[in-house]
Amino acid sequence: MSLEFLVASGIGVVTAAGIYLILRGRTWPVVLGMSLLGYAVNVFIFAMGRLWQDAAPILSGAGRVADPLPQALVLTAIVIGFATTGFVVELALRTRHETDSDHVDGHEPGHRTSHTRINKA
Amino acid sequence: MSELLSLVFETHLPVLPVLVPMFTAVALLLMGDDGGEAHHGGRLMKRRRLLSFASVVLGAVLAWRLMSEAALGALNVYPLGGWPAPFGIVLVVDRLSAMMLALTWTIAVPVLWYAAGGWDTRGRHFHSMFHFLLMGLSGAFVTGDLFNLFVFFEVLLISSYVLLVHGQGQERFKAGVHYVVLNLVASALFLVGLAIIYGVAGTLNMADLALRVARLDREQAALFKAGAMVLLVVFGLKAAIVPLYLWLPSTYAAAGAPVAAMFAIMTKVGVYSIIRVHGVMLGEGAGHAALVAEPWLLPVALLTIGLGVLGALAAHSLARLVSYLTVASVGTILAGIGLYTPAALSAALYYMMHSVLAVAALFLLVELVATQRGESGDRLQPAAPVAQPVLLGIMTLLGAASVAGLPPLPGFLGKLMILESSALTPAHAWVWSVVLVTSVMTLVGLARAGSILFWNVLPEGRHSVRPGSSVRLTRATLGLLSLSLALAVAASPLKRYTDAAALQLADRDAYAQAVLGPLGGAKANTTRPYRGGEGEVILPKPKETP
Repeated sequence: MSLEFLVASGIGVVTAAGIYLILRGRTWPVVLGMSLLGYAVNVFIFAMGRLWQDAAPILSGAGRVADPLPQALVLTAIVIGFATTGFVVELALRTRHETDSDHVDGHEPGHRTSHTRINKA
Repeated sequence: MSELLSLVFETHLPVLPVLVPMFTAVALLLMGDDGGEAHHGGRLMKRRRLLSFASVVLGAVLAWRLMSEAALGALNVYPLGGWPAPFGIVLVVDRLSAMMLALTWTIAVPVLWYAAGGWDTRGRHFHSMFHFLLMGLSGAFVTGDLFNLFVFFEVLLISSYVLLVHGQGQERFKAGVHYVVLNLVASALFLVGLAIIYGVAGTLNMADLALRVARLDREQAALFKAGAMVLLVVFGLKAAIVPLYLWLPSTYAAAGAPVAAMFAIMTKVGVYSIIRVHGVMLGEGAGHAALVAEPWLLPVALLTIGLGVLGALAAHSLARLVSYLTVASVGTILAGIGLYTPAALSAALYYMMHSVLAVAALFLLVELVATQRGESGDRLQPAAPVAQPVLLGIMTLLGAASVAGLPPLPGFLGKLMILESSALTPAHAWVWSVVLVTSVMTLVGLARAGSILFWNVLPEGRHSVRPGSSVRLTRATLGLLSLSLALAVAASPLKRYTDAAALQLADRDAYAQAVLGPLGGAKANTTRPYRGGEGEVILPKPKETP
């Protein structure tokens, strides 16, 4: 079994789990799903620089050097993903507090809350 | 001192629209914001507003200066940190970028003026988030690198998340969760598309990509096309095209008026990216991957117009009506892009200017009307008469007539140009019938809304008389509206500008030459297919270290 097959199927499984969780109705599984999807995407970017064996990660001397650009891209994507996950957790908590429900629609399924006006005062 | 200033302005002009809002936003964050109505007239609040407004005016001046320079035809290429493309990130200001910048900053001035009329005290850090949004928008419009585009997308999105829930309230949080989750998934897809493109082409610089994509063999081109279509889904979600527009009406209707007005330009970031990637990079001359989006763009655009207008007819509140009209206007712009001719692209660009200004003005107007109607707000049902029926009525009439496309307003001119440019293309029957029929339907929807709002009023006397809107709010809305109408007056020079912009976009060689310098251009053969692990890098021997 090649390394490529292992990495590719690993990305596939994590992506599938992430998508399944994102399609759940509660905010917490959705947040987890987005994190999983983020991991899968990060590894995917990394793999798009090709999988290297016995190559230096940075320029150090003669010989084979792994493509450094995907590493930089992944680093940026990780930082952005971390920030947005932090924000979405806070938003989910706040919505739970405002609407008394952790459902992504802001109300329990089958239970329509009375139409509340936005506080325009 | 003046020499230093002129040096900064001459050499670093392209990056200034990104840096000015960034530093302003950081300064505003450092000044702190306690929020709350109590601080409405406070000294700190006044200072914040002054700084914020001064910075927006400065940004608008810079953007207009860039546009007047771009109008001369030269590409303004700015390598960040002095690294030459394609190794470093470059900012490229061509006519299209400069136009989008000018448009962004032009609506930012009246919208911020409006927001300073009280909106900015309904939560914390409105001004800094506003500037971060401007930074993201400006960056997305000037960057010449796809990954950098992703980064600026994230900057503008994360500030839009915060701005959306500014003012708080249940509705905003409900809309906020959907909006944030959808956009985060779209960001993940964006990265997937970028990674595929990088894996095939080995670069993310737009000029370099345009050169390399033409040299891909059939098999690689297939993979590249897959990546490009993933990007089309992402940009389509931002631009709100069928079937990815469902998030827009509830989000925009829930957002506060100035925020919704700024969001009017955010859908156009998606449209802009589609022009850059699918219209230009994958346009004619892209080898096997050429015109990959062509079979999709026009049908999707026409469907978007149709469904947007149907939504507008069915809307039960004025804010939703305007939101659906935003969707329809994006469809109209995309129809021009989907025709894939420079003339149609030019018409689409002109219509885009009109649509951003008119929709932004309408969103502000919605709130003016809603506050004057008291309890009923902007719901389309008989309610108390507004306090200033003549002023608001005329403003609504002008905005609505322009969006629907009645002569002599700019919306009419834009639609006419799109129809005219489609006349010789095979799809002209579809474009003509959809655009004309939906214009009539838009008119019906707006007439219905207008007559309910202004004529179908409950008898007077049973309601306490509400004061009219403050002068500042009215003036800001009026300013935005007259800017939109001014497009009709300045139609001739603007059309010449967009014509030149469309031709400039079609000239791939000149773009490559300008960005990549001696490396690029039509004859250069320095770009080679990317073969990941096969190449071996042989470096000169490192210097002996003692």
